[in-house]
Amino acid sequence: MTTALVVDDSRVVRGFISKILESIGFVVQQAENGVLAKAACEKSMPEVIIVDWNMPEMNGLEFVEALRAMPNGHEPKVVFCTTENDIKHIMKAIESGADEYIMKPFDRAILETKLDQVGILPHSVETSALAAIG
Amino acid sequence: MTPNTAKVSGDPYEVLCAFLKKESGLIIDAQKRYLVESKMQPIIRREGLNGFHGLVDILINNKSAPLAKEVVETMTINETYFFRDKVPFDKFSQVVLPKLIETRPAYKTIRIWSAACSSGQEPYSLAMILDQMKAQLGGRRVEIIATDLSEAILAKAREGLYSQFEVQRGLPTPFLLRYFDQKGDKWQIKESLRSQVQFRRLNLLGDYNAIGNVDVIFCRNVLIYFDNAGKREVLAKMRRNLANDGFLMLGASESVLGTSTEFVADPMHRMVLSPADANLGAARRPAVAAPATPAALRAAILAG
Ligand SMILES: C[S@@+](CC[C@H](N)C(=O)[O-])C[C@H]1O[C@@H](n2cnc3c(N)ncnc32)[C@H](O)[C@@H]1O
Repeated sequence: MTTALVVDDSRVVRGFISKILESIGFVVQQAENGVLAKAACEKSMPEVIIVDWNMPEMNGLEFVEALRAMPNGHEPKVVFCTTENDIKHIMKAIESGADEYIMKPFDRAILETKLDQVGILPHSVETSALAAIG
Repeated sequence: MTPNTAKVSGDPYEVLCAFLKKESGLIIDAQKRYLVESKMQPIIRREGLNGFHGLVDILINNKSAPLAKEVVETMTINETYFFRDKVPFDKFSQVVLPKLIETRPAYKTIRIWSAACSSGQEPYSLAMILDQMKAQLGGRRVEIIATDLSEAILAKAREGLYSQFEVQRGLPTPFLLRYFDQKGDKWQIKESLRSQVQFRRLNLLGDYNAIGNVDVIFCRNVLIYFDNAGKREVLAKMRRNLANDGFLMLGASESVLGTSTEFVADPMHRMVLSPADANLGAARRPAVAAPATPAALRAAILAG
């Protein structure tokens, strides 16, 4: 089972993302800022991290930089999910070591394609379109 | 009413459906009546027509070509996104293009046709792949011809301007950074990429002479709206434009099973097809060389 960590200071957004991830079979943990997310990763490294940019204690960018410096910190796929939507932010995120970037607002289809692009969409979802036509 | 004007007889809704089928191949089932009527209401109101009946009268009596075009375009479904279904694009870069590079002489232009390209995401996805594979192409010329029935959607495709939502469906972020310019809250395909796609209007029910010979056809998520006869007609015509060792790509929910004998699907990926006649020899040979069933084995022994 794929393990995921959702990092966002909004409980509503965390809930929305977690629900989608759980519905496609991920085991989800949540953290409301970068400091807590880092602590969670030190305990056990997830396979994918969805992270907001602006958070009160340690923002997303600082978290990703800290994560990538950890012993196994290169392992998780990191997807930013933020209202920052200008090219400079996106560039910075990718340079800091993020794999993908979602600009809010987003929907389930966008989250799923981004997970697919980083190569961690469970098989059942990837092939659901084909299965539907038997 | 002038003497050479046909009167709308019967249910105007059915007349409209027949008109749409004739003009675009589009099949609309009876349950869609409410949807069709609600899509036509703004046109009827704007033109001050006598209801649905008045609209149908204009269409079948050729009283307004622009209006007829608008009605057809209003009913087409333009849903699309970058790298839609993924598999055909992976196949294109990993199998199709390497094979064409290997088999075509270097001076020969490789020609790709995106038939029913909608707002351009499909041909631009191909242009991005080609840019990524520049080194392998080694200066070889590649042409992308993208066609659609709808002028309005072609105008959008040419402009290459997409909403934040559209660029997030299917497009990897590194490609967004590389191939787009940010324009306010929208994103525009860079001119260098836009200039690689030729957009033209083409009705799949018409003739394809203007397209010429092509090596790859992407004909995706349009035949699903046609009936079997329509599908067969399009596939038969496409076969004539496609090189014998060319490829046809369909959408994820499409197959040619039962509709066309011109193409056979890749056993692993039903959306990737090759001309059937070009493959027949190869498909027959192993069956003779290695008979699989007892009856076939016996027949082979008897035949000496
Ligand atoms: C759902 S879109 C598919 C776009 C793209 N190929 C894809 O798979 O994402 C279907 C397109 O087919 C076009 N279309 C419908 N009937 C057509 C016809 N008779 N000839 C050419 N294009 C047609 C519509 O205008 C629309 O843009």
